[in-house]
Amino acid sequence: MMGKVRVAFFDFACCEGCQLQVANMGEALLEVLGAIDVVEFREVMSEKSSDYDVAIIEGSITTPHAVERIKEIRKTAKVLIAYGSCATIGGVNGMKNNFDLNDIRNYVYQDQARFFETIPTRAVHQVVPVDYFVHGCPVYLPEFVKVLKCALAGIPYRVPDSAVCTECKLNENECMYDKGITCLGPVTRAGCNSWCVNNGNICYGCRGMVTNPAENGAKDILEKYRIPLDWVENKMNMYNKAREQDTERKPDGKKC
Amino acid sequence: MGRNVKVNVEYLTRVEGHGNIVVNVKEGKLEECRLDIVEAPRFFEGMLRGRSIFEAQHITSRICGICSCGHTLASIQAAESAIGFIPSEQTRKLRKFLLHLETLDSHILHIYLLVAPDLLGVKSFVPLINTHNEVVRRALRMKKTCNDVCDILVGRHVHPISCIVGGFTKLPKPKDLDAMLALLRKFEEDMKPTIELAATLKFPEFQRETEYVGLVNDTEEYPFLEGDIGSTDGMRVKKEEYRKATNEFVVSHSSAKHAKWSRASYMVGALARVNLNYKKLLPKAKTLADALGLKPVTTNSYLNTAAQLVECVHCVEDGIRILEEFKDAGLDYKELVVVGLNEKGTIPVKAGRGVGAVEVPRGILFHDYEVDGDGKIVNANCIIPTSQNCNNIEHDMKKLVPEILDRSDEEITHRLEMLVRAYDPCISCSAHFLNVKFINR
Repeated sequence: MMGKVRVAFFDFACCEGCQLQVANMGEALLEVLGAIDVVEFREVMSEKSSDYDVAIIEGSITTPHAVERIKEIRKTAKVLIAYGSCATIGGVNGMKNNFDLNDIRNYVYQDQARFFETIPTRAVHQVVPVDYFVHGCPVYLPEFVKVLKCALAGIPYRVPDSAVCTECKLNENECMYDKGITCLGPVTRAGCNSWCVNNGNICYGCRGMVTNPAENGAKDILEKYRIPLDWVENKMNMYNKAREQDTERKPDGKKC
Repeated sequence: MGRNVKVNVEYLTRVEGHGNIVVNVKEGKLEECRLDIVEAPRFFEGMLRGRSIFEAQHITSRICGICSCGHTLASIQAAESAIGFIPSEQTRKLRKFLLHLETLDSHILHIYLLVAPDLLGVKSFVPLINTHNEVVRRALRMKKTCNDVCDILVGRHVHPISCIVGGFTKLPKPKDLDAMLALLRKFEEDMKPTIELAATLKFPEFQRETEYVGLVNDTEEYPFLEGDIGSTDGMRVKKEEYRKATNEFVVSHSSAKHAKWSRASYMVGALARVNLNYKKLLPKAKTLADALGLKPVTTNSYLNTAAQLVECVHCVEDGIRILEEFKDAGLDYKELVVVGLNEKGTIPVKAGRGVGAVEVPRGILFHDYEVDGDGKIVNANCIIPTSQNCNNIEHDMKKLVPEILDRSDEEITHRLEMLVRAYDPCISCSAHFLNVKFINR
């Protein structure tokens, strides 16, 4: 490819924490900026462009306007990367789908609710095709860099499809279930190096479910520790409720 | 006179979140002046209903990536006071330290990457990589230092992991204290050239008297984490009565939910805090405040950025003090908590209501939760600093535009953008924010 690859960052409904993760790279950011040409990154730049090769998308699709906007971006971008849970699986925005949309609008905005058009939360791939997924809330920077390199080299990146437990065991953490606490590690995709459990907290399932969760194993665990199934389901729905918006299951790990 | 100016800045850049500035001057008369918020609503307060109070921090941290530690701390304060849990001294001190890190991180990002390009006459920090390479490197280094300290303390800065209701799921070991101290000392070194740079920056002239609102207390401590709500107009209420201070109201011309207390509008943030608590700044910070002309009450909103710099000096010094105290006295590792969803009932829960009021980088932030006897959230409300400032920003714009009408459209637009940016608006936080565009074209 002649010249540097033109990269644009776009954000939809999200907290912009994943953009911030990129800004948080420190001086290493300058090396990344040396390899690519960032043409749009609204959070830190005033420059704008409608000419780019790679679009990096943060956030979920939650309004009719967002649907149109992401379709336009898809038309221009040769490569589209969804990054962060909001974009890859709907993330916490999906909890909205637990409620009647009118009810939740009225609760938050009362008599002005009508000004807030909203549709059920969808992940980016539920609206347009996505070429690369960087899961996590927030994204795990080493994985983001890996995916960016793959995208620039034009080779595929496979999201790990084993459970967080596989990484957690290697990190020699004491199992949360042994401490009497419910954790979503057994059904959640690895790739974060069991970030939360390393820091003494539980896994909240922010990277989405593995393709084939070991259902029987999970049931055994729930029985062994006498945990009601709906507890775990409710927890799963903190990040993964929008999976119900998936229309088809794809075999290549790109589903949510 | 007789001039028409129409400014419509869509997707204001270099602010967190999405905002539009709309100004309409017809025949020399200002007809309209607004800051629109176009961030997609995310319904956080609605989504919290029915969830465990032990999940509130994790969820509300996701309101905003840049203020995630601030939301975490306001959420925890509200949750703990709702269920009647009193945190230990050690926990409170660690939380204060975490809040300092967030203030430093956020202020440095704002001063260097978002404001400095305006003052140096470029569109973003990217051209500065060539012209002011050392400055950009220092900025990124300082930001990274805050992040590295957060990594050690709470796992990461964006959506901290180990700071939860009840305490910390991880406590720094002696070697962690040493590492954090070394990093903060490096940061303190970098503050010197930062202050020198700031002395060369020229902030635009502008004056408008307004009310400044923030936490106040009766101790010697410059309040960030705990206190009552006070104002430069002499108002003071308990945090539980925050609605008496915010008085959110709807204005007919724009259907915008605004806040006001004893005047037409009020301002929150670094400038408000310095105006309210100038006397409690640590000596070095106070000296800098004097040098930058920040004697209370300062009424130039553009100087909010200067006030942020003063707070950086204060926070780094206080942060080092906290770490040194921990080094001397050691930590009590028995305080480590394993809570999850409180499956084991480690933390006693009762039905109740609690309010968190915390000074986050952009100003005072309120979280308000009501829980039932099982610890399920029944009602939730959050009031974000930027939504409190929106009304004040519009009042500033209304005073500023007529004063600069002799300038070019481009210059007017730029001055307005700089004004909005000076407030460091965090529009991602606008879970509770409303502004609808009704422009007559």
